[in-house]
Amino acid sequence: MAIEVKIPAVGESITSGVVSIWHKKSGEFVNEGEPLFTLETDKVSTEIVAEKAGVLETKVPEGQEVKIGEVVATIEDSKQQLKEKKTPEAKKAEKAPEKKKEPEETKKAPEPEKEAAEGKEPVAVSANRGRAESPIATTVLSPAVRRIVEEEKLEPEKISSTGKGGRLTKADVLHPAQRRETAGEAMSFPGTATPSATVAEPSADGRFTRKRMSPLRRKIAQQLVMAQHTAAILTTFNECDMSAVQQLRSKAQEDFTRKNGVKLGLMSFFIKACVEALKAVPVVNGRIEGDDFIQNNFYDIGVAVGTERGLVVPVAREADKKSFAELEQVIADFAARAREGKLKIEDLQGGTFTITNGGVYGSLFATPILNPPQSGIFGMHKIMPRPVSVNGNVEVRPMMYLALSYDHRAIDGKEAVTFLVKVKDCIENPKKLPLDF
Amino acid sequence: MEKFDVVIIGSGPGGYIAAIRSGQLGLKTALVEKDKELGGTCLNVGCIPSKALLTSSDHFTFVKKEAAKHGIVTDGARVDLAKMQERKDKVVKTFNSGVRSLMKTNKVTVFTGFGTITAPGKVSVKSANGDTQEIEAKNIVIATGSAATELPFAKFDGKMIVSSTEALEFKETPKKLLVIGAGAIGLELGSVWNRLGSEVTALEFLPRIAIGFDLELSNLLQRLLTAQGITFHLETKVSAVKVDNGHATVTAVKNGEELKFEADKVLVSVGRRPFSDALGAEKVGVAFDEKRRIKVDKHFRTNVDGIYAIGDVIAGPMLAHKAEDEGIACVEIIAGKAGHVNYEAIAGIIYTNPELAGVGLTEEQAKEQGIDYRVGRFPFRANSRALCNDDVEGMVKFVADAKTDRILGAHILHHTASELIAEAVSVIEFGGSSEDIGRTTHSHPTLSEAVREAALNVEKRALHIMNR
Repeated sequence: MAIEVKIPAVGESITSGVVSIWHKKSGEFVNEGEPLFTLETDKVSTEIVAEKAGVLETKVPEGQEVKIGEVVATIEDSKQQLKEKKTPEAKKAEKAPEKKKEPEETKKAPEPEKEAAEGKEPVAVSANRGRAESPIATTVLSPAVRRIVEEEKLEPEKISSTGKGGRLTKADVLHPAQRRETAGEAMSFPGTATPSATVAEPSADGRFTRKRMSPLRRKIAQQLVMAQHTAAILTTFNECDMSAVQQLRSKAQEDFTRKNGVKLGLMSFFIKACVEALKAVPVVNGRIEGDDFIQNNFYDIGVAVGTERGLVVPVAREADKKSFAELEQVIADFAARAREGKLKIEDLQGGTFTITNGGVYGSLFATPILNPPQSGIFGMHKIMPRPVSVNGNVEVRPMMYLALSYDHRAIDGKEAVTFLVKVKDCIENPKKLPLDF
Repeated sequence: MEKFDVVIIGSGPGGYIAAIRSGQLGLKTALVEKDKELGGTCLNVGCIPSKALLTSSDHFTFVKKEAAKHGIVTDGARVDLAKMQERKDKVVKTFNSGVRSLMKTNKVTVFTGFGTITAPGKVSVKSANGDTQEIEAKNIVIATGSAATELPFAKFDGKMIVSSTEALEFKETPKKLLVIGAGAIGLELGSVWNRLGSEVTALEFLPRIAIGFDLELSNLLQRLLTAQGITFHLETKVSAVKVDNGHATVTAVKNGEELKFEADKVLVSVGRRPFSDALGAEKVGVAFDEKRRIKVDKHFRTNVDGIYAIGDVIAGPMLAHKAEDEGIACVEIIAGKAGHVNYEAIAGIIYTNPELAGVGLTEEQAKEQGIDYRVGRFPFRANSRALCNDDVEGMVKFVADAKTDRILGAHILHHTASELIAEAVSVIEFGGSSEDIGRTTHSHPTLSEAVREAALNVEKRALHIMNR
């Protein structure tokens, strides 16, 4: 019996991803637990493993954008290795042409459509398997729409539809197809195979280079614009004196490090301070869904981590119930795995509030963008010794500006300001935090 | 006084279907019917009995004229009209009891008697024996249908000058049948009696038959019916019908010339008028249009709160399936759901042999509307199954948008056109293109391949003909 390999359900804002690499080829035998392919989403790239052993039949080419729940392959578990051994020649014959064109393609064109166009007939019938093998085989398209999508290398999910039940009509796909024709190759219409997709292409005079953005980068771009368009984002500021926290840290650092194997950083203080502030102003810990407001009564705090591939936001679960040591361990683990690209999708799902620290790069002042569908994001910045007035005297204190960007649709100015004041208060008077070290 | 969520007046296809849907939706539903049997015009004196007679007479024609070609020897085939009528009546009865049991299944209360709206929310039902019953309704759906239109100078007498109702009941085949009006009803009943031996003459005021259908196919149908023995006089205006001693003389004017026709039956089939007489709708303030149709909005609401109307009694083509879908949509809207009827995807059919079926825009309409269109045609003569069946008359014709290829209209003339048109209706409903049909596998050998070929011919790539 063949089992279907589906794209796993992931975070609330993740609806699709890209099959960036197939680790196994169609027709190959896979063992249970062996990695099948790398799934790249806007948040993370992750390896999807085989749930069962059997012969793999891939349904989508590398680089193909796939929807959550989409079937990307089947594993025929009745065909055990025995069978594979029985017909090594037949298998070789089938695999050979695929192998040959493979390196060339990964080098210059990870675009799915490209592979489909070069490697296969645009007809969606593969005689030897008797099954549709085109990149859009799993999407239901009318016959004429299917032809145009394949010939013009369009991404049907990106074309707005006018047909019954959201279906694409021929007219819907003719338009983008024609637009591309008239615009020629200079225009990078989404979904069209632009020349040399990831190879940087210098202009004739060398004054600029053009490069296709990675799927991850394109997704991040989409998400950010979506956030800006959806919420009424506003930022409020405050500042805090870090002296108390700094003193506490230097005093406890040695013991803490020895005991827990991680340094006592700033982040655990801010997570705890934010949890206190969220408890004081619960509306910041919620989200708008349609006409409803969802109040979260748990504290899963996302911590933004910069990586080479872009920003990711792993989530520290139930931060209110974790000790300082546990929080620091979680953060250290996230940072390490983020750098290695090993974060899992579930690490990124379901945060209720986000903390971002631009201070590590030297930022003094910034207005973070919300991480949808959350309603609030807290921004930390660089600690700068600045002269401030303390009890009427000018003193130089380690100061940090604090920012809270919030969705004004759900949160009023008073609540946002109260939140920041509460954070400031907790940081300046850390005794107000549940210090457990 | 019994109270209902929905009271539907009229049990034709619009009304009884609305009642079923209403029952399904859990609404307390009543259906009021003036006649003893349910089903209205369609079931009792319209679509159903006419199709029964059309099929019987078609079989007779086959035995008489075609069977020999197939090597079937039939000596002296005759018609037993009484038996033929009996079978037709049996078909009708089967449906009558079927609809009645459907009402029971769906918990619809049936009231037999003439329904009158006495006030918004109130219907009075007067039964044949004079008893009157008052029922209360949160919502009233008027589904009273239509009746045959009379000519002022040729009032129906039920014997010599008849409507379709009586033309379905002839006990003897008339020697000479004169049909006034060559639309669906005239052509169908004219065909029935022509096949059974009548000398049929059809007079049409317009310069063409089958108004509303694609002209090219209508003209083709006229030629085929002429070959079958029906005489047509187009652009002919009937001015008088005189009945004298079992004979009728019809006077008409054609090209300024007066013509006289002798007949022993005159079928007046010049159209139907909305039936809303004595309904009481006017008294409670329901507004009508200039053609005496009840005015409704997109949600089938009249101008009076809680009163709705569907089917032949409102604007639009007088078709059973149009009424049915309006009935469904109307009660869905009453139940707070999103009911919808797509008027662009409702086919019209004339059940002659060959049948003429059409959906969407005719070529003439596309031209009039200034649409840039393309046409695809395919004759059944080039279809393998049609040849096997010896059913080669007719063709399929598509009208598609020249730019988007969206199918705007589909027209079929063939013995089986009423069934073949369904594919085109579905594709039109989904906003499909001719290429969509062209790229869909059609089984071989089937008549449906002709539909595909005509679709392919839009882009001049039909396979079994020269593409022109």
